[in-house]
Amino acid sequence: MKVAVPEKIPAGRAAGYTTRRHRRFGDPIFSNLTLVFALVVVGLLIGMVIVLNIDAFPAIRKFGLNFISSVSWNAVTEEFGALPAIFGTLASSAIALVIAIPISLGAAIFLTEIAPSWIRGPASFLIEMLAAIPSVIIGLWGLFVMVPFVRSPIESWLGTHLGFLPLFQGPPFGVGFLAAGMILSIMVIPIITAMSRDVIRAVPDSQREAMLALGATRWEMIRRVTLPYCRSGLIGAVILGLGRALGETMAVTMVIGNSYAISASLFSPGATIASKIASEFSEATSGVYIGSLVELALVLFAVTLLVNVIARLLVWRMTSVKEAKE
Amino acid sequence: MFKSVKKWFLPLALVLIIAITFAGCSNTTTTAAAATPTAPAPATTQTPATTPSSTVSLNGAGATFPAPLYTKWFDEYYKLTGVKINYQAVGSGAGISQVTAGTVDFGASDAIMTADQQTRAEAANGPILHIPMTSGAIAIIYNLSGINSGQIKITGDVLVKIYLKTITTWNDPQITALNPGLNLPNTPIAVVHRSDGSGTTYIFTNYLSKISDEWKTKVGNATSVNWPGDIGGQGNAGVAGSVQQTPAAIGYVELAYAEQNNIPWVLLKNVAGNYEAPSLAGTTKATEGVTLPDDMKVMITNSSNPDAYPICGFTWILAYINQTDKAKGETLVKMLWWAIHNGQQYGTALDYAALSSAAVAKAENEILSIKYQGQPLLSR
Repeated sequence: MKVAVPEKIPAGRAAGYTTRRHRRFGDPIFSNLTLVFALVVVGLLIGMVIVLNIDAFPAIRKFGLNFISSVSWNAVTEEFGALPAIFGTLASSAIALVIAIPISLGAAIFLTEIAPSWIRGPASFLIEMLAAIPSVIIGLWGLFVMVPFVRSPIESWLGTHLGFLPLFQGPPFGVGFLAAGMILSIMVIPIITAMSRDVIRAVPDSQREAMLALGATRWEMIRRVTLPYCRSGLIGAVILGLGRALGETMAVTMVIGNSYAISASLFSPGATIASKIASEFSEATSGVYIGSLVELALVLFAVTLLVNVIARLLVWRMTSVKEAKE
Repeated sequence: MFKSVKKWFLPLALVLIIAITFAGCSNTTTTAAAATPTAPAPATTQTPATTPSSTVSLNGAGATFPAPLYTKWFDEYYKLTGVKINYQAVGSGAGISQVTAGTVDFGASDAIMTADQQTRAEAANGPILHIPMTSGAIAIIYNLSGINSGQIKITGDVLVKIYLKTITTWNDPQITALNPGLNLPNTPIAVVHRSDGSGTTYIFTNYLSKISDEWKTKVGNATSVNWPGDIGGQGNAGVAGSVQQTPAAIGYVELAYAEQNNIPWVLLKNVAGNYEAPSLAGTTKATEGVTLPDDMKVMITNSSNPDAYPICGFTWILAYINQTDKAKGETLVKMLWWAIHNGQQYGTALDYAALSSAAVAKAENEILSIKYQGQPLLSR
């Protein structure tokens, strides 16, 4: 310690602050304080899980594991099951990612590799603005502007031309999984774009220059060097977007149609876990009913956790494969 | 200097664009903006009243449906007496839970408390009263181009079948038989319901259960049920929005909502055989066609009065018979007394139907029965 201190401090600017007295008193306080904050965050999570479990207990006791696999949701007979909500959550998020990933990656690549510098700033600013719009406003816009557009021309066109596929069958209501997926994609695009832009920008120029020096075109450079180099970062960006999509409540509730059913058609109305909780919590009265809604929250917790774990494994596997190759 | 102009140009331009957009479509946005008559009243802070005239303040929580009227009442009552009443429009279910837990001085609900809820409340604080405050009607709204409000006639039976999805097109013989002159299209009916739990749904499903045994056993009567059909909308605004956008849709909303937004409604056949438009008069009449019990826990749907509109219901304030705080109890009974008499005049402007004289008489008796330590808090 005595020897290390003078060595580490560059002569000049930092020396004045880092006297030994400061280190003796300041550091332990600071490190303990940060430890406390870290514990608070962890404690919050654990506390939440415990409270959810306690509140969900009437439903857990009554339905057991059937809760996950049952498709009914009937407040009159008090039969509750989560399957349609789980399906709706995963389906709407999947649709959102299918729409959002190409757009976001395209936008990020354009902003980092192709766009002239005077466009980059304003365009990035606008994309980030999109992320700042409150979801209830996006939901209102979705209900009054996007949904009529989804019904006609999108759904009516898909129905007449691709109606032989189960994906595009049923009456075009406008509200439904497709609308929910589209509204979610609008909400996750800025997240994925902003993060992948930063990730792509972090790729060292030496990598790009090496590829270009070998005679590669810009497209080859992007495809062979830039994207593979930051693949794990890009997956991270997508996961962050997925996290937002899984938990998004208000905008989805407004456009998904809120019908508790599982259907193969993109046109059919559905429900997500978050929308179900938001819709019914205020008027739920009996213990089992409230318990079931809280158990839905627990299920959402588990689904989010599961998705994150899978994604982490994916990132981990990809990076280890890459390292093994090198 | 130039750089900083450049830096600010974009945000400024954006603000300008937004401002222009708003100015340009102010007409179309009014429907959306006026969209929530049931929106929760702004939560007032629960600081004790500072006015010298009164130190007592009351807290209530519950139904969102009567919230605009209650807010108006409590505002007028404050001007009149200086008594501050905080009302949180948190929903009937939450109101019942809060009054059971004793965290509020009164609850409010559009639905009658279930036997289970009453047992719990009584175990906690003794017998609880359902005191009717006002009543409202539910309009059946639709979206068919070229057919004006009040042109389509349907019966309760047909309505049940539409919501059970056994009648699926507008030109079904069962509908055309009731509307000989109308050219109803061969389009599938998009059935819209409330996705959130609500007193509106309770009243609506209560009516359908009275009409049809099939509905009663298959679906039932609750603030939120397992709907056989199509689209769920969030709140009145969500249902109205879905109906107005979806061609050939049918839905149900509070009368006030349909009226303020000019949404066409159907005429509904009542028990006496008359086709009635939803109206405040028809709602008040509905209370005259049913026997009102002393505890007023009664649904007035499908009333036998010849002028009654069939889908309407009371909304109640829930208060305990045995008050534990004399000052608060006195304030509460005085306020309730004022509400069922002088307060009724404020209803019409907000599309709430006044209580009939029979209902007021029953409510008076309920209020008079509220006691503190065995002594009635109010006498005639």
